[in-house]
Amino acid sequence: MRLVEQTATQLLAQLNAGEVTSLELTRACLDQIHRVDSRVKAFLRVRSDAAIATAEEIDQRRKNGQPVGRLGGLPVAVKDLLCTAGEPTTAASRMLEHFHPPYDATVIARLRSADAVIVGKTNMDEFAMGGSTENSGFFPTRNPWDLQRTPGGSSGGAAASVAARMTPLSVGSDTGGSIRQPAGLCGITGLKPTYGRVSRYGVIAFASSLDQIGPLGQTAEDVALLLEVIAGHDPLDSTSVARPVPRYTQSLREPLKNLRLGVVQEHYGEGLNHEVAAAVREAINVYKSLGARIVEIELPHARYGIATYYVIAPCEASSNLARYDGVHYGHRADEKRLITELAVERARLEQASDQAGLDRLDNALVKLYRRSRAEGFGAEVKRRIMLGTYALSAGYYDAYYVRALKVRRLIRNDYDAAFKSCDLIVGPVTPDTAFNLGEKSADPLSLYLVDLYTVTANLAGIGGIALPCGMSKAGLPIGFQLQGPAFTEETLLRAAYMFQQATNGHQHPPAIVTTNA
Amino acid sequence: MPPYTLIIGLETHVQLSTATKLFCRCSTKFGALPNTQTCPVCIGMPGTLPVMNREAFELSLRTALALNCSIHQFTKWDRKQYYYPDLPKGYQISQYDLPFSYEGWLEIQAPLSLGQGNGAGAEGSAGTATPSPQHAPPQRGRGSLVSKRIRIIRAHLEEDAGKSTHDETAGVADSRIDLNRAGTPLLEIVSHPDLRSAAETRAYLAELKLLLTYLGVSDCNMQEGSLRVDANINLHIDTPQGKIATPIVEVKNMNSFRAVERAMEYEAPRQYEVWQETGQKLGDVPKQTRGWDDVHERTYGQRRKEESSDYRYLPDPDLVPVTISAEKLEQLRATLGELPAQLRTRLESTYGLTAYDSEVLVNQGRELVDYFVQLAELCGNGKQASNWMQQDVMRVMGEQHLSIAEYPIGPAALAELLKAVKAGELDTTRGREVLARMLVTRNSAAVVIQDLGIEKVDESDMYALCQELLNANPKIVDDLKSGKQQAAGSLIGQAKKRNPNINPARFREILAELVAREPTS
Ligand SMILES: [Zn+2]
Repeated sequence: MRLVEQTATQLLAQLNAGEVTSLELTRACLDQIHRVDSRVKAFLRVRSDAAIATAEEIDQRRKNGQPVGRLGGLPVAVKDLLCTAGEPTTAASRMLEHFHPPYDATVIARLRSADAVIVGKTNMDEFAMGGSTENSGFFPTRNPWDLQRTPGGSSGGAAASVAARMTPLSVGSDTGGSIRQPAGLCGITGLKPTYGRVSRYGVIAFASSLDQIGPLGQTAEDVALLLEVIAGHDPLDSTSVARPVPRYTQSLREPLKNLRLGVVQEHYGEGLNHEVAAAVREAINVYKSLGARIVEIELPHARYGIATYYVIAPCEASSNLARYDGVHYGHRADEKRLITELAVERARLEQASDQAGLDRLDNALVKLYRRSRAEGFGAEVKRRIMLGTYALSAGYYDAYYVRALKVRRLIRNDYDAAFKSCDLIVGPVTPDTAFNLGEKSADPLSLYLVDLYTVTANLAGIGGIALPCGMSKAGLPIGFQLQGPAFTEETLLRAAYMFQQATNGHQHPPAIVTTNA
Repeated sequence: MPPYTLIIGLETHVQLSTATKLFCRCSTKFGALPNTQTCPVCIGMPGTLPVMNREAFELSLRTALALNCSIHQFTKWDRKQYYYPDLPKGYQISQYDLPFSYEGWLEIQAPLSLGQGNGAGAEGSAGTATPSPQHAPPQRGRGSLVSKRIRIIRAHLEEDAGKSTHDETAGVADSRIDLNRAGTPLLEIVSHPDLRSAAETRAYLAELKLLLTYLGVSDCNMQEGSLRVDANINLHIDTPQGKIATPIVEVKNMNSFRAVERAMEYEAPRQYEVWQETGQKLGDVPKQTRGWDDVHERTYGQRRKEESSDYRYLPDPDLVPVTISAEKLEQLRATLGELPAQLRTRLESTYGLTAYDSEVLVNQGRELVDYFVQLAELCGNGKQASNWMQQDVMRVMGEQHLSIAEYPIGPAALAELLKAVKAGELDTTRGREVLARMLVTRNSAAVVIQDLGIEKVDESDMYALCQELLNANPKIVDDLKSGKQQAAGSLIGQAKKRNPNINPARFREILAELVAREPTS
């Protein structure tokens, strides 16, 4: 098997044994990117030189017998939502096209000190708003299984990078399903940790109470390895939780005895593709064969999940994105032109003695705000800023935001009740397999519905993992999801590992990897 | 007397004297080069997160306790959203509907103004002036001061914005932004509209500043913006149809206590005139914001366009709510120390000072009061110690711009002198001479007294000298007999020339005794 097709765990063993160098591996990944990414478009930027320099430095240390970090020179791709010091970090927005943060996100710092080789920054929906990576301010990413289709989103680039074997691991973010959904659509494994498990410092905020950074890889074992490195309390993030980080990779191989898996009947109702339903049922049967007990549970408020999410997330987003006003950094509209236009307009109104028009006329500052934001943000981002601004306005706040918070509490209570009778909840991760690019662009609501099975975990703050469980007749991956109570990543990973030991769906790469272009 | 009552409430922003900002570790020092005390957090860079400064929160709690506020066990942070270039995140982290403290009061010594007329009865209907605490007389020592409680609605903590400066010189408008101040902790203290005059407003601010100084929570420097005051003011006008409230006006940009006082004095007749012209009542027009022009001593209307009424408050998801335990509160309460009001009461009851004297001393700060207490204890006479503090120590401090810590003579050395004066070893005038030399030579009172040759004059010597001078000045005897008391002065002067150690008070007594015995010429 080619180097790039192997799992992170296999590669790490070879790195540590001296059978392969980080430089060889990094070059192999860069070659693979060179070979396929002109078609997949997973990367916004590839850091070839920097990655090679890092790999060489790690190899040198290993050669000298000096300590090498946990990731031992493994190449990793990172969603362009995480700040990398001195290098562009754009959140796939024109607004931040030229933004170079002077600091590393805590997760980036942890990756560096664990001796990961960061090979590039991956594409995403602008500010992580979307589920197809088509909302990128630069270009859409394509699904390595079918280039006419979406890889999902918003961490579409991160998922495609692993699926097309451009990197063994990647880091994404999940606000309403943005790791799990693309992992499912790309046939890889992706984990959204419990809120507070991983630091958000240096992660460009979309919806702060929902955002969580997580790992993507080919297998649960790979994901466990990466989570072990990025998880943990961060004094720079007040919402990160001071709980010890378990050695996920060590407990992974212990099978779960007497596992009780919760199944929600509503998950199999209208809207779920029958091929997906069948594959998920088959996955449940695998667990049964491994000794798991299936428990019927109810999440009565889950059906309000999408509505609740699309109030809370835009409210927080409208606030988080207020800082992009063209004054301090980011895109600024052409000031000279703006001031000239303003003068012309003023003169026209004065000549017409249009006092009402003059009263309405923006001053230069307000016009600068308006135009910089109009030019810098894409349509979906604007839509959500408007939704959030409206919902937070006087007179609407209680009807929307406060009510959404109440439903959020009910959703959380549902989970608490459900987890009294089961250890994990099993179900679909997406209602369908990957859709065609452009298919849902005209109807934002239909795109919002792809988050149906994932948003509730974000609203409840719990963890979830998506992993492959089969292929559709059209040759597209189908994934399923496990959700667990807060801080049970260990259980989620062990359950996913059990499944992957018993099946082999996850070992099969897309044709783009194995055929020559 | 004008037919209206002033109704004033204050919003005071106090910059807390923490070493670092509220949500990052940047320095809060004043006067650094623009934008040198900033970091990614306080300039609101994408991805950065706030982390609360515990010290700022504790200073705020201490202040709220000293203002007799109730403390919420659970408090949260909210984003107040508006666009302005000196607000880098597009929102200010503040506290909206769950401030950490609420419902307190500050007792002030308010000057009894004409408008207040015969006590609280007239204004009692407003329901604002609450009765003085038990035991405290409604009227204190100096007849013109009256105790009054000003109720506090709430005190909450928030971050400051940066500073914008607009340069219109050379015809090119140029706006600059300094974010050194952005993120500095501000405590906002909101009073009820309990203030009834410009003088009361000033008294409230002075008492608040004194309290903050005693607590050591702020340097209260108004010029540097450590203490900022916005006033909400309107009138209650007595008309034949009953009391009418005029629209509320908010006055900003007042950068000294005097400015606040003048602005309130300016606003009252202006608002009355506006009411006479327009008849506008509270609720007829939106709240108006006016600035204070310190040069022309007047308020002016500010453009309404930049005012935003909808701040779209949102609980800040980046910060966890703060819980405050009862133990923590008690622990902090124990650190408050004696506060100005308690201190005044103690100086009056323990050392027999008048309300006026205790006010003067306490207003000088805790260190000076400590000095006074030591001096009073050592010399055994509070009134004498207070007089010397006010007439001698504080005068020199003022002339030489010294703090009490820098004043060269300690309380023990000064007490030695005061005891000598008290014992009649020298008179007050000579005592002052001694003190002046002590300041120069740094010698003890005993040494200086010896150096100056000061010794108590024997009674018989004084009688002899007095008789001698009377014999030599028969005219003076006549003058004294006929009631011209000023004649004694010249005789005392002559006596002091002959023997500087003469105690003039005693000499005057002897003179009176001898003159009475003299036959009329
Ligand atoms: Zn800072």
